[in-house]
Amino acid sequence: MRELKYREAIDEATRQAMAKDERVFVLGVGVDDAKGIFGTTRGATLEFGPNRVFDTPLSEAALTGVAIGAALRGLHPLLVHARNDFLMLTMDQLVNNAAKWRYMSGGSMRVPLTIRAIIGRGWGQAAQHSQSLQAMFAHVPGLHVVMPATPADAKGLLLTALTTEAPVICLEHRWLYEKTGPVAEEAYYTPLGHAAVVRQGTHVTVAAMSLMVLEALQAAESLAAESIAVEVIDLRTARPLDSETVCASVAKTGRLVIADTGWRSYGVSAELAARVGRECFGDLRAPVERVALPDVPTPCTSALERAYYPGAAEIGAAIRATLLVRGRAPAAPSVEARGKEFSGPF
Amino acid sequence: MPPLAPERLKGFYVQMTRIRRAEEAIVARYPEQEIRCPTHLSIGQEAVAVGVCQALSEQDVVLSGHRCHAHYLAKGGSLRRMFAELYGKATGCCGGKGGSMHLASPETGMLGASAIVAGTVPIAVGAALAAALRGSDDVSVAFFGDAGIEQGVTHESLAFAALRRLPVVFVCENNLYATLTPLSKRQVSADVSPRAVAHGLPGVSVDGNDVLAVYEAAAHAVARARAGDGPTFIEAKTYRWREHVGPNFDVELGYRTQAELDAWMARDPLLRHARILETSGVLTAAERLALDREVEAEVADAVRFAKASPFPEPAALYADVD
Repeated sequence: MRELKYREAIDEATRQAMAKDERVFVLGVGVDDAKGIFGTTRGATLEFGPNRVFDTPLSEAALTGVAIGAALRGLHPLLVHARNDFLMLTMDQLVNNAAKWRYMSGGSMRVPLTIRAIIGRGWGQAAQHSQSLQAMFAHVPGLHVVMPATPADAKGLLLTALTTEAPVICLEHRWLYEKTGPVAEEAYYTPLGHAAVVRQGTHVTVAAMSLMVLEALQAAESLAAESIAVEVIDLRTARPLDSETVCASVAKTGRLVIADTGWRSYGVSAELAARVGRECFGDLRAPVERVALPDVPTPCTSALERAYYPGAAEIGAAIRATLLVRGRAPAAPSVEARGKEFSGPF
Repeated sequence: MPPLAPERLKGFYVQMTRIRRAEEAIVARYPEQEIRCPTHLSIGQEAVAVGVCQALSEQDVVLSGHRCHAHYLAKGGSLRRMFAELYGKATGCCGGKGGSMHLASPETGMLGASAIVAGTVPIAVGAALAAALRGSDDVSVAFFGDAGIEQGVTHESLAFAALRRLPVVFVCENNLYATLTPLSKRQVSADVSPRAVAHGLPGVSVDGNDVLAVYEAAAHAVARARAGDGPTFIEAKTYRWREHVGPNFDVELGYRTQAELDAWMARDPLLRHARILETSGVLTAAERLALDREVEAEVADAVRFAKASPFPEPAALYADVD
């Protein structure tokens, strides 16, 4: 199958959605400029022109409300943010309006609204340009939160979002943008709330999302050399959260590591751990381990960034921890953190 | 502007009376503890909703805030379904899930209300954007209060609407108080409309207790919007007779005086319009009484309907979430 970069897959999904449905239009700060949100809106700009792809003032709160209003009147806006941190400016519109309009109106109205926002990382982007805020949105009934890890899912989940008659927030990790993978040429629709088993294994399950799926696969590869068979699950969506697929895997492995791009406390990893503890308690043979960000803001200096971000090494250590409970001695730690492939400036 | 036909002028009266009587029925019924949601009454402010909505056509849309009964009714919302909503019944306009602060009637163009001040101002702009993108000539209206101009999102919305010349009318219902806090404690100027001018759209202030003045300003703004000449900001100066939330008068709290309330009640928009109709021979006192009776019967029927309606089934809790 043809290979595309993650960002190219987003661009293609956008163009295909717009070609199929004239209700879809794109707005956001800088969407029609020469860079086009790292290339993801450039194709749509060139193909569909200024009536369907247009720039906006830096008024994120109002523009989110504007998008809701357009959605209530029969359009499907795709609102794009270069960083998900800016969504904090739009929380009233997202939480009080977009998420609730259907419910509050007794089902007489719907808000078909797709929001794309990027999770930044590295090159000293510091505390306000690197947050991974999926838990903030996933907490709210009425919102959907998708976190594609592969180019194929970046396309399939965005196409699904753009045909869903409800608000969907797509969080895209900046470090995935240049990754390549097989992507089917035609439009296809990846269902929300269906995790994917991306590597089979029998000893330990790792449930990961977004960039952490790649880190988990690397950890699994390293441990395979020691005959530790790790099953890796790509959660794909944070809400709805497919704990069923995770439990089916835990039934086999008895051990679970959750790898989240967000903070450890109160996050998606906590929700998943709680569900697994409830739904397949009897299958667990070790406490659930979590690999997530420490509960501090993102520092700027690379010296502290290195300490801040967990990766394959930490996932590997967590996998070993789940095995240690049964008294199984691990081989000497050998897992290397993934090499730097991304650098600034932005 | 050509003079309005007598039937239209009577219609204004009936519309305002329906709102007044409906809210008086809420006042009367509230102590029964069956209307179990916070209600923000528009008594004294009816001319704004009616004057504006009478300038709209059926396909135009409005959005509102917590004090939304008048806007809902003026835009054609069902009286029965409004009372059923207040009583929390399955037959309510939102199936009992919205309540007094979130009335909606999309079939008549009332797209809903947010209880967060100014929360729907950008939504009205978005409805106007949709009209512009689709090439329809629908107009949208954002109703909000004097505190709405204190929210940043309102300024963002005004600026964006002006930038794209969107067919939206911003209607600021200035009733002088945000809960108990007077305008003078919150804003440097007693006039709200000049704030709009800074964003590049015309801002006018009108007597919000004069339904004809409101209508005229709204009709002008709607015509501008429909012609593609962009948004207009209308400040309608009016007054809330009763407490911020709930059925009672609240002068005893001391934040406003009885003299102030009396002065505004003497400018009752309903009686004022009735007098004009009487003097001009459009509506005699006897005819007016007959109209009042009709509206009262309609309100009584709506209350009966609401009380007789069933509550939603528990399963409705999980319906229409996402």
